Amino acid sequence: MSGDPQRGRELYLTGCQSCHGVDARGIPGTAPSLHGVGAASADFYLSTGRMPLDDPKSEPDRTEPAYDRKSLDDLIAYVGSLGGPSIPQVDAARASLSEGQRLFTENCAACHQVVSRGGVIAGAFVPTLLEATPRQVFEAARIGPYVMPRFGQAQLSDHELTSIARYVQYAKHPQNPGGWALFNVGPVPEGLVAWLIGLLALLLVIRMLGRNEAP
Amino acid sequence: MIRGLVRFLDERLGAAPLVKKTLQYVFPDHWTFMLGEIALYAFVVLVATGIYLTLFFEPSTEHVIYQGDYAPLRGHEMTKAFQSTLDLSFQTKGGLLLRQTHHWAANVFVAAIVLHLLRILFTGASRKPRDLNVWVGTTLFALAVFEGYAGYSLPDDLLSGMGLAIGYAVLLSVPVVGAWLAVLTWGGQFPGKEVFEPRLYITHVLVIPLVMATLIAIHLAIIVRQKHTQFPGPGRTERNVVGSALWPGYALRSLSLLFAVAGVLFLLGGLVQINPIWLYGPYHTYAATNGAQPDWYVGWLIGALRLMPPLEIHVFGYTLVPNPFFGGALFPLIVFALLYFWPALERRTSGDYARHELLDRPRDAPWRTATISAFFSWVAVVFLAGSQDQLALHFHFSYVGLVWFFRVASIVIPFIVFFLVRRAARELKETELHPLRLNR
Amino acid sequence: MRRRRALPAGPPLRERDRRAENLTLVLLLCTTLAGAGFIALYFAKPDTQFLGAALGLALVFLAAACLVAGKRVVPQIEVEKERPELEHLQEQDEVLAVIAQGGEGVSRKRFLLAGGGAVGVLGAALLTPVLSCGPEANRILSRSPWRRGRLLVTERDEPIAAAGIVVGELVTAFPEGADKEDIASPVIVVRVRPDELDLPAERRGWAPDGLVAYSKICTHAGCAVSEYRYPLYDPTAPGPAVVCPCHYSTFSVTDGGRRIFGPAGRALPQLPIEVDGDGNLVAAGDFSGRPGPSWWGVRQ
Repeated sequence: MSGDPQRGRELYLTGCQSCHGVDARGIPGTAPSLHGVGAASADFYLSTGRMPLDDPKSEPDRTEPAYDRKSLDDLIAYVGSLGGPSIPQVDAARASLSEGQRLFTENCAACHQVVSRGGVIAGAFVPTLLEATPRQVFEAARIGPYVMPRFGQAQLSDHELTSIARYVQYAKHPQNPGGWALFNVGPVPEGLVAWLIGLLALLLVIRMLGRNEAP
Repeated sequence: MIRGLVRFLDERLGAAPLVKKTLQYVFPDHWTFMLGEIALYAFVVLVATGIYLTLFFEPSTEHVIYQGDYAPLRGHEMTKAFQSTLDLSFQTKGGLLLRQTHHWAANVFVAAIVLHLLRILFTGASRKPRDLNVWVGTTLFALAVFEGYAGYSLPDDLLSGMGLAIGYAVLLSVPVVGAWLAVLTWGGQFPGKEVFEPRLYITHVLVIPLVMATLIAIHLAIIVRQKHTQFPGPGRTERNVVGSALWPGYALRSLSLLFAVAGVLFLLGGLVQINPIWLYGPYHTYAATNGAQPDWYVGWLIGALRLMPPLEIHVFGYTLVPNPFFGGALFPLIVFALLYFWPALERRTSGDYARHELLDRPRDAPWRTATISAFFSWVAVVFLAGSQDQLALHFHFSYVGLVWFFRVASIVIPFIVFFLVRRAARELKETELHPLRLNR
Repeated sequence: MRRRRALPAGPPLRERDRRAENLTLVLLLCTTLAGAGFIALYFAKPDTQFLGAALGLALVFLAAACLVAGKRVVPQIEVEKERPELEHLQEQDEVLAVIAQGGEGVSRKRFLLAGGGAVGVLGAALLTPVLSCGPEANRILSRSPWRRGRLLVTERDEPIAAAGIVVGELVTAFPEGADKEDIASPVIVVRVRPDELDLPAERRGWAPDGLVAYSKICTHAGCAVSEYRYPLYDPTAPGPAVVCPCHYSTFSVTDGGRRIFGPAGRALPQLPIEVDGDGNLVAAGDFSGRPGPSWWGVRQ
């Protein structure tokens, strides 16, 4: 995946410089410098469609990437040329699911929810990770995008972070031996089912059993 | 053969007159009178499935390393309580079916109680002589909510553990005696000593079910003694009761309801997943998950706790009333106090101290219907506020904005509901229309 | 639906509803099949969904059979009964008379009854020892494993190198050797930029090089305050804070744990930390306040 930094710079000047500056050193109050953020950051933000962002004050949400694969590679190559961490190689299949569960619960579940169905934090939304690739999970944890905390090497080694990425893959389709899993959201849809399916069915039953003369 | 049985009972117990009376016992059988029976049969399913669960669940906080079927938790340290629940769900044949049926039964049980209570209040069945039974029923309601909370907290999973911490904080927040009560219940500071889990267990499987069974028996005995109310109609007066005989029609129909309740609950228990504790993992005081909610019948309390502004009352520097008291203890106290005092309040405000055996249609008493509607809408708004975080997430609203919305709504909406319902009741009363079929 | 008053004897007045009877039999047959299916599945393929469907359907078919039988097969017998007379004014007087009879010849009735108050005092006496639990409860709730010099460790009991924590990171830590589940144990350590810190004057030395530590247990209702928001770029995002996922109490990490949103009644207690000779984090004392939810003994 080798992009062309020159073409990337041209794309940058068209789509990004209005916020990040002509020299990619940022515009104070609008957007940060891209020097030193590395190809890893560019890959994360661009491949999840979080960048380009129309309004710099809004929360960058996952959308369709704005560029085709070639353009993405070029842009990433350009930002990468400004220095910083390169794109990580993440092989989730060789990591530990059990360790991943433990680490995810400890470090991630409080915001992302135990099976990464997302949630809120005062002042921001926490996305689900249902579409995240292992590489994107890894990159996000190291970057700490928007208001997400960062996780350094000392606290979460590469292997541990890969295990978390493996767990996130599992969490997309967790084991639900109990039947219809109600989107794995939790007790709220369970309560809805109790009333709108369980109790409603029984109301229909007693309508049939009892009398309904207009009193 | 039946003659032989009747003779057997009569020769030993003198039972023939009683049996005859029982067989001809009269049931006014409007369909809304069967709401309480749904709750009753859900209770039966709870006890039956609950007994099965006690054969497998281990109420112990002893720590073990899990090596069972569920891969993501293999090698994890957890309590025996959690592990036995995992094994029941993944290894015991039919174990997950029984666990889920039990949990669905609890949710439907409380839902049926709420509908039954609404029916009682809206039809004026809470008037003398049935105010006594309203107290019994309201107590059952409170016990059912607490029993459910205790039950789903037994497996020591992350979600219910968070709920227990909150319960502890609410108890702790009771003025003056809270600290002592909490330390007494938990055997120390939260999460307490090993004694807490068995204590919770014996409360859930023995103490409260016994109390509830006794109260249910009293509840039914009072109905039998007083005979059930009936709607006004041809041949129906305040001094008689007209309806189906127990034998054969009503007995079969009631039996049908028992099987229907059990059937629906087992269908839910097999087909719709509930409380997947393996996804939450074991509880740790230092861990949490987002989107944490209690079961629906505790939702009104989490709503109150979230809506409450950060009020605390200090006296001489001591925290006399910590914040969780208002949402977690005072709010339910007010709601239940209103339910207990409702019959007396109704008598006072209407000036009606007479005995009533005939029911009202909701439209026949616009003030009563409007007041009850307003009261329940207040609780319902606070209940909805409990799911604010899910509403914020799925509809992309600001969480802080929703907090303010619900604070205002919880005050404004009951008034709006009161006036709308009173007006609607008056109109329906005058025009005699069916509320859903408005063809003039 | 035909109805008749219950008669003691007489010729049958009602036709049989053959169709309803047949339907009942069919439903009972379905019940049997579903029930047998459940038994077979239990041994052959005990899948939760199949078992639940089989047993649930068996019960539903049985319910349907009883419904049809109860409404169409058997006669609908309507009965009218009289309600019991509930108020017996004369008997009420007689009850009072019988009770009063029990006091016949007893001269000091009122004093004896008042003496029943002695029982009340005895009851209070039996309960009095309970009062000593109050100060005891306060002592139990105020205990803390944190001391000056206590090493901070991770969940796997490893020491925490101060230099290993990056800006924007949140680490969960415990006192070495203590029970991790004790609610005074878990703390969160975050690193902010030193210029972001705005601690109260007496706590200036509590945060070496931008590393601050707070209790992880929410002062509202005891959940783990484990949501952390730290902006990658300050001007366009909310400031650093920890948030509790239960009721969303939000505490500032730069400002001594001050509550900035939510129902919590007080700040998150801060733990003074310092870096020891090996570069690891150690506690420099106990918390600034009592960790966990408040009780009466918590002073402002």
